[in-house]
Amino acid sequence: MAELIKVGMADYKVGRSPDSLISYGLGSCVGIALFDPIAKIGGLAHIMLPDSTQARSADNPAKFADTALPLMLNEIIKLGAVKSRVTAKIAGGAQMFTFTNTTDIMRVGERNAEAVRFVLKKLEIKLMAEDTGGNYGRTVELKLDNGIFRVKTIDKGEKEL
Amino acid sequence: MSEDILKLSPLQLDALREIGNVGAGNAATALSQIINHKIDMTVPEVSILPLGDVPEVVGGPDAMVAGVYLRVFGPAPGSILFLLPRDSAFCLVDMLMGRKQGDTQLLNSMDESALMEIGNILAGAYLNALSYFTKLTLLPSIPALAIDMAGAILSVILIQLGQMGDHALVIETEFTTDNDGVKGHFFLIPDPGSLGTILAAIGVKE
Repeated sequence: MAELIKVGMADYKVGRSPDSLISYGLGSCVGIALFDPIAKIGGLAHIMLPDSTQARSADNPAKFADTALPLMLNEIIKLGAVKSRVTAKIAGGAQMFTFTNTTDIMRVGERNAEAVRFVLKKLEIKLMAEDTGGNYGRTVELKLDNGIFRVKTIDKGEKEL
Repeated sequence: MSEDILKLSPLQLDALREIGNVGAGNAATALSQIINHKIDMTVPEVSILPLGDVPEVVGGPDAMVAGVYLRVFGPAPGSILFLLPRDSAFCLVDMLMGRKQGDTQLLNSMDESALMEIGNILAGAYLNALSYFTKLTLLPSIPALAIDMAGAILSVILIQLGQMGDHALVIETEFTTDNDGVKGHFFLIPDPGSLGTILAAIGVKE
């Protein structure tokens, strides 16, 4: 039986075919899917913040782009994924509320997406597709049997990356 | 410092609950006068939750909700969020606009303004009580509205808290109208540094 594994905010989970990984209601957070298409092994992270070195409390590495991604990559390699085959797809990084004077904290979605791209580059993982920005929430699902990354919204429909 | 909220004493939690009680009571009175329906509210819950669990309070991260969000300015900054299930928001707009129940299915810009104004009034009523207790001048920002998944809306506040720690202190009140048409939640989420200021101001800082 294929399982649907839930990934909460500031967490990541890994798995293998035929399971799927899902994370509900991403706003400014970014969902990062890593996938090895041959081994059919992958992971999904739901990060909240770009950079652990800027934060007062960095107790939970799954919260930050710079610490969550290397950890998740290691775990899928432990399951049998081969690093050179692993690719990434990302979604999220929205700005949910618009204020007239946009402060840095309001731009955190954009900064999250930037940080994720930067960390992927550093880890030498190819970013295959992304659906980021906008002012709406997203639910993302990574299907580990085929690597399809499904992005659902409330009013903008559903797409497959 | 970042996880100080985990060490709050029962007395301090009681004091916060009492502030929530008066603040939410003020706000509920204001709302019931505007819509001309009686509002029932629960005793506020003061919860200290892991960040990822906060969306569960309102039905899970993918529940469809309307959220009016305001920043609180002053010596004890924080966030106020007025969250309603989407259907309740439509129902509230029907009442405000004098339409038949069930008429509103999509919000026009006038409806959105009305919801934001409600948020404004509720936040003002809430903060008045908080200011009275604490003798701190607390002012709300202009409200912002989003209709989307609860997780996405709450992420805005949780991300701010996430820089400081892994838990959120949430003062939350649930309310319903007497005809069950509208139900929602008020959230007061103090910024991490503000909690000490509030507790000191009401004299229960240890």
